Order: sequence, then structure tokens, then C-alpha cells
Amino acid sequence: MSDLWSYLATNGGDVLTALVQHIWLALLPVAIAFVLSLPLGALVHRYVPVRHIALTTGSVVYTVPSLALLLLLPGILGTSVLDPLNVVVALTLYSLALLVRTTADGLDAVDPTVLQAATAMGYRPVRRWFAVQLPLAMPVILTGLRVATVANVSMVSIAALVGIGGLGQLFTRGFQLGFYLPPIVLGLVLSVTLAVIADVLIVVLQRGLTPWSRAGAR
Amino acid sequence: MTLDYLLDAANWSLTSPDGFPQRILEHLGYTFLALAIATAIAFPIGLLIGHTGRGALIAVNLGNAGRALPTLGVLMLALALVGIGLVPVTIALVVLAIPPVLATTYAGVRAVADATVDAARGVGMTEPQIALRVEVPIALPIIIGGLRNASLQVVSTATIAAYAGLGGLGRYLFDGLATLQYDQVVAGAIVLAVLAVAIDLALAGTQRLLVSPGVNGRSTGNRPTTARPAPKLAG
Repeated sequence: MSDLWSYLATNGGDVLTALVQHIWLALLPVAIAFVLSLPLGALVHRYVPVRHIALTTGSVVYTVPSLALLLLLPGILGTSVLDPLNVVVALTLYSLALLVRTTADGLDAVDPTVLQAATAMGYRPVRRWFAVQLPLAMPVILTGLRVATVANVSMVSIAALVGIGGLGQLFTRGFQLGFYLPPIVLGLVLSVTLAVIADVLIVVLQRGLTPWSRAGAR
Repeated sequence: MTLDYLLDAANWSLTSPDGFPQRILEHLGYTFLALAIATAIAFPIGLLIGHTGRGALIAVNLGNAGRALPTLGVLMLALALVGIGLVPVTIALVVLAIPPVLATTYAGVRAVADATVDAARGVGMTEPQIALRVEVPIALPIIIGGLRNASLQVVSTATIAAYAGLGGLGRYLFDGLATLQYDQVVAGAIVLAVLAVAIDLALAGTQRLLVSPGVNGRSTGNRPTTARPAPKLAG
């Protein structure tokens, strides 16, 4: 335990850099995928052929191991193996595969009679989508977002095996120091804490965005 | 050309300890060992929790916490505590595989209609009989879905065995990176991706064989519901 504090005292700067980089590499892909998944999920929800193609593509992308994708992307994108862009692209693809599906599921679950009522009240399609359909689909969409976020936070560590930053570097550091425990334990604790905080933040966001779901639960 | 290593027949020799056939077998070995142990631990617990409804909160929270654990960190911790070898690698992969198997077994059994369970009780089945002959067959598509998800993650992550000094397909990735031979890295990554897809297809086939026609709707002419992939974890 005292080892842990002395490690933190001497390497605090490195740990902080790794943590900040970890946050960027994990959350930027989720944010990109979330924004893209809304229109894509709407297309998948609306058109059956698109659904088939998109969901099959998604499952295949999902099957490709992250380390393999991380090492194949430089050849496809023309980036260097050490470029963090590879991590961002790889994790965006995985998050997208998950979020498009949950967005479509969320939109599917909206009661069609509610939409008919909205139309009858004079909502035009675009406004109906933003004011009625999307908010009602939000709980399912945000559940998918939680899963994608937690998965990303733990997956970014793999990038350290290729030599890209993030908390995974604390693991490889421990490895290079002959399985020295402090950086390993520190990396595990920070990574799990980060995942939990991100998860809780999305739950809070969900409560703020969908106040009616709490009212119904009471 | 970056595909040279993959297409070189010498690398496909059955007897070479460095060839693809040998490395694929090693990789499959680590994968199946971890999956077998994880299933032996998680399946009975998931079944018990799902059947009795007790400890559900623990199961859900354990599953979520397991998801947040980076496998690389677990491996390093196990290496530091146990030493180098197959044991720490297997521990890390088992920790990775338990949450999806436990969560889907629990959820699948829980989702069996109460009326069905009551009917089974009504015709005089004992609790173990209800669990094994009614709940498990009905929940089987979901349970196998969890197993597919776990196997995908374990196959992907078994590359870390090479980082810990063992074999498997990770050898090509790490050796290639260390010696800057990108064609070797690409070859390893492609073989790994193909292996992952092949295992998933094999398990999908197994699911078709094992699941009763009465459960997946084939016997009534209904379209079977497709299994949705569970969230990807580390790997």
C-alpha cells in the first residue's frame, strides 16, 4: 500500500497524462458513434432492407478482435501503427455497431398510437421525430450508450500493447518492471473507477432527459 | 507486399512449431480451457440465481463490475501474483468470460414464463427437474448467445497469452511488432479475425442443432428470432 503512494508521488504526472489520454481515447469514439447512430438508427428502424444490411455488417465488425483491427487499420488508413487515430476509428466502429442496433430497438419500441396522436395534434414528421419519437426511445438508446461506454473504457487498455497511450501503459510499465504491483493496481483501480463514473453520469443524464419514466415508476 | 507472410506456404506447415496450424491449435486450446472453466463456474450460479430469484442484484452487479475490468490489467495482476505460465493467462480469460455467461444464464432462466414453471410444478416435477428440463431448454437460445459472446471475447483476447510468453496467434502480432515486420502482424491479425468469425458461425450452428424446434419457432412455421450480439467487452 505504501508502495502505491510512493509510486504515485514519483510518477503522478505520467499517471495523470495516461488517465487524460485514456478518457479521450475511450469517450471520443462513443460521442462520435452516438451522434452517427441517431440518423443511422432511424434509417434502420424505417427501412427493412437497410436493417438487414446494417445489422449483419455490425455483427461482423463486432466479431473482429480489437487488437487485430488495431493492427490492420494502419494498412487501410495509411496511418502509423502508433497513431491514436487507429484506436479512435476502431472503437468508433465497435460503438457504432452496438448503438445503431439499440437506437433502432428504441425507436421500434415507441408505441405507434402515440405517434398517430402526435400527428393528429399537428406535429410534422421532423418535429414529431425530435419532440416525441426520440425522447420516448431515449431510455433504450441510453442503455446502449452505457454498455458501449463501459466497454470502451476497458477496451482502450489493449492499445498499450501496440504502444499507444492510456491507462494500459501502467500495465505494460508494471510488466517491464518485472511485474511491479503499484502501477498495475493503480491502472486497474483508475480504469474501473472511470467506467463507474461514466456509467453513473449517463444514468444521471437519463434521469434528467426522461423525467416521465421516474414519475411512472412511482 | 503485406500479404506475403500469410500466403507463404512454409508458414502453413503442419509440423513447424511457428506455423499457423500449430499456433491456431494453441490459441484454440487457451480459448476452450478458459471457456470450459468459466462455464463450469458461471452456468450453475446463473441457473441457481435465475431459478430461485435470490441474489439477482449480486449477479447483475458482479456482471457489470466484471465488464469494467480491463483484461490486460487482470493478466498483469495474475502474472505478478502467480508467476509466468498458463495459469495467469487462464485466470484473466476466465474473469473475462464469466460475466457474459452468468448474466445471460440468469436473464434467460428468469425470462421463462411463470405460467410455464407453474405448470411444470403442477404436473409434479421437482425443482431440479424444472430447472434442467424446462427452464434450461427454453432459455437455451439466450444462454448459447451468452456463450457465443464470451467465446468471441476470449478468442480475441487470448492473444495476450503471447505477451505473457506463451504461444497462440498473439505471437505473430507481438513478434511482428517487435521486429517491425508488418506482414507478419497483418497475417496474424487476419488469421485471428477469420478464426473468430469461424468460431461464432460454429456456435451459431450448434445453437440450431441444440435448441428445441418448439422453442425457436421452427416447428410452428414462425420465424425464429435472431440472437442479438451481447455487448463487446475487453478484447
